[in-house]
Amino acid sequence: MSIILDHVNYVYGGDTTLAVQALKDVNLVIPDGQFIGLIGHTGSGKSTLVQHLNGLIKPTGGSIYFNGEDIHEQDYDKKKLRSKVGLVFQYPEHQLFEIDVFTDVCFGPKNLGLSKQETELRAYAALKQVGLEDDYFYQSPFDLSGGQKRRVAIAGVLAMKPDVLVLDEPTAGLDPKGRDEILDQIAKLKEETGITVILVSHSMEDVAKYVERIIVMNQGSVMFDDTPGEVFKHYRELEEVGLAAPQVTYIMQALYKNGMPVKTDVTTIEEAKQEILRTFGK
Amino acid sequence: MLRDITLGQYYQTDSVIHKLDPRVKLVATICFIISLFVVKSWVGYVAAAIFLAVMIKLSNVPFKYMVKGMRAIVFILLITVVFNLFLTPGEVLVSVWKLKITREGLQLAVMMAVRLSFLIVGSSVMTLTTTPNSLTDGMEKLMKPLKIFKVPVHEVAMMMSIALRFIPILLEETDKIMKAQIARGADFESGNLVKKAKAMVPLLVPLFISAFRRANDLAMAMEARCYRGGENRTKMKPLKYASRDRIAYGVLAVYFAVCIVIRIYL
Amino acid sequence: MGIIRTDKLVFEYIRRDEEGNVEGITRAVDEVDLNVKQGDFVAILGHNGSGKSTLAKHINAILYPTEGTVWVDGMDTKDEKDLWNIRQEAGMVFQNPDNQIIGQVVEEDVGFGPENMGVPTEEIWERVEESLKAVGMYKYRKYSPNKLSGGQKQRVSIAGVIAMHPKCIILDEPTAMLDPNGRKEVVRAVRGLNDVEGITVVLITHYMEEIIHADRVFVMDKGRIAMQGTPREIFSQVEKLKELRLDVPQVTLLAYELQKSGIDLPDGILTVEELTRALLTVQS
Repeated sequence: MSIILDHVNYVYGGDTTLAVQALKDVNLVIPDGQFIGLIGHTGSGKSTLVQHLNGLIKPTGGSIYFNGEDIHEQDYDKKKLRSKVGLVFQYPEHQLFEIDVFTDVCFGPKNLGLSKQETELRAYAALKQVGLEDDYFYQSPFDLSGGQKRRVAIAGVLAMKPDVLVLDEPTAGLDPKGRDEILDQIAKLKEETGITVILVSHSMEDVAKYVERIIVMNQGSVMFDDTPGEVFKHYRELEEVGLAAPQVTYIMQALYKNGMPVKTDVTTIEEAKQEILRTFGK
Repeated sequence: MLRDITLGQYYQTDSVIHKLDPRVKLVATICFIISLFVVKSWVGYVAAAIFLAVMIKLSNVPFKYMVKGMRAIVFILLITVVFNLFLTPGEVLVSVWKLKITREGLQLAVMMAVRLSFLIVGSSVMTLTTTPNSLTDGMEKLMKPLKIFKVPVHEVAMMMSIALRFIPILLEETDKIMKAQIARGADFESGNLVKKAKAMVPLLVPLFISAFRRANDLAMAMEARCYRGGENRTKMKPLKYASRDRIAYGVLAVYFAVCIVIRIYL
Repeated sequence: MGIIRTDKLVFEYIRRDEEGNVEGITRAVDEVDLNVKQGDFVAILGHNGSGKSTLAKHINAILYPTEGTVWVDGMDTKDEKDLWNIRQEAGMVFQNPDNQIIGQVVEEDVGFGPENMGVPTEEIWERVEESLKAVGMYKYRKYSPNKLSGGQKQRVSIAGVIAMHPKCIILDEPTAMLDPNGRKEVVRAVRGLNDVEGITVVLITHYMEEIIHADRVFVMDKGRIAMQGTPREIFSQVEKLKELRLDVPQVTLLAYELQKSGIDLPDGILTVEELTRALLTVQS
């Protein structure tokens, strides 16, 4: 049970001089149950990449396998694939359209051809999973706050019971608390259900706390693919391509250079604190 | 990508025609279209063809771009030709079953085909050499006299240029919403017409909401930048006739006169 | 008197249900007193819904106070005869870069404001050139806005405002929709305007790293000003900021955590260098 990308290339603009290679020879294995951060600046190919995972975009070269099957085989059921690999787009609240929250969340499971009862059970469970209170279920989605709308939109994808959840910039435009709430909720969901989560972001700081693996994209290629601690060791190279390691990385590097015997591969504030306290003998 | 679609099929290059004032090009296009209906003889069409050929040559736009515009109207062209061919009474040339092709019909059909193709190619010379922006500017200036009749000329021009700015953005948004709904299992392709129409709701509702949100934001941004209609507004790029524009008007007048002469004497 | 001043500013709006009946009244801005000096760089912080954007829209006379008064350069925003002068003197940049660019070519968009003000053609060109140079976008003047990145679009929007020769510029979450690079570009451009051109800046944001260089910071919550002071004063109150749904830069948070664990560090550390220096001092 996994997603495998085998030499995936994607060129758009066809055969004209304007053709752009959005993905260059991408090889990835995404096993079940991982929590992955996909990082890259705008135009690095990360959004194009995730749209390949559920077959929205067909690669111009290479293959993609979901649970061992080539998803672009003639008789492969794309609709089923899309229910198994749930993709939450950027600003997903802009895709809400139904008269109330609950009906909107039902849209996905209903499209799968499930019974009314099963659809509603799933919608209810999904709304619970994103932590939305019952009071909001029969309100118009357009009357909710920004953070709540986003939860509803995420629930809309969760209601399809995907094995893999891909979220493209789920915190864009939210305030710091709203950001933390959404990310905590996703982490909790991951813990409880064990699904694979791929978090697309341009902020190392946001994902470092949660993920076990970071894939860095640059100009359509995979630049790094490792644990956060290992990836952040390349903070100079990251800077060169317009990304930055979390501020703690810089703090530890600065301390180390000034002769303090600290480890430099810490990724979170908590780890940094323990590490500094250790050198102070506390 | 949808974002790269440039509207009005402007072809970027350097030529005399590109440099002409948009008003000249607008007036010339209208005159050319009229001239196609003024002339009635083959000599007239030869004159129009020469005029058009010279303009295409001067515009430096490859001929295949002109013909591209034709593709869209091939169907209309065929219908016109067929109707004229079979439904014009006169001296019968060929008779197949109940359908009769007459000499007059044949003449008329060929004439209509020539007229229509010239009309399309002629207008595309204008759209290929003029940016949508200067085209709106030109229209605004040309239609200024209509203000006396309370026609909101400035507002119409402003609306057109805002539409041109937002069409690529909304197209891209359509693409994005569509993909997002497909990711939720929506199906925009299969089913009969009713089912297809119903399937559009999850696309259209978010699109409309977004369009209104953008309109609201834009109106606020425009007001914040002191926009208050066309009154007392100055222009960053005011339209001014240069000597080449006056020469162009001269050439146009000569062409039009020739067409009238041909109509009367030939 | 400062360039922007508010006195007990209140803004209320009426909520209605579907039938149009009044459901209640929401006070978005609640008795705010603000005084911004000419040439200052002021930051307004606050979570979504704290009233900071509503406050900003009063400065540009897009909204009018329910109670209290707003003065821009001594002009009361409720005074209709000064409306266009106020909008010219207090320029405004909004959040969504796509929804505030009107022109189809960068230079035409920058010229939009001056055109509206009736500036003579030749001077418009001068203004467009100097404004685009001030934000480092001059070489993109012939581009279509659709081909620019988010950060570049926002810099064009800023140029469009400076071309109106405002005394102050209000930026309403200009970086909320941008990636880290775009954010840096925009903040650098804004600081340049303040330092070099001496334009008063009011920057509204919820990104803490953007306000480190501000002269004064106001934190809003529930329509009121909950905190105010220098960035250092504000950042030294980590707990209070958390309560207000905000966070602090990682370096400040780490310093605060270390302090709590008994390491003797000064309050309100803002940069990596400051923390390193402080820790080395403690160590030796």
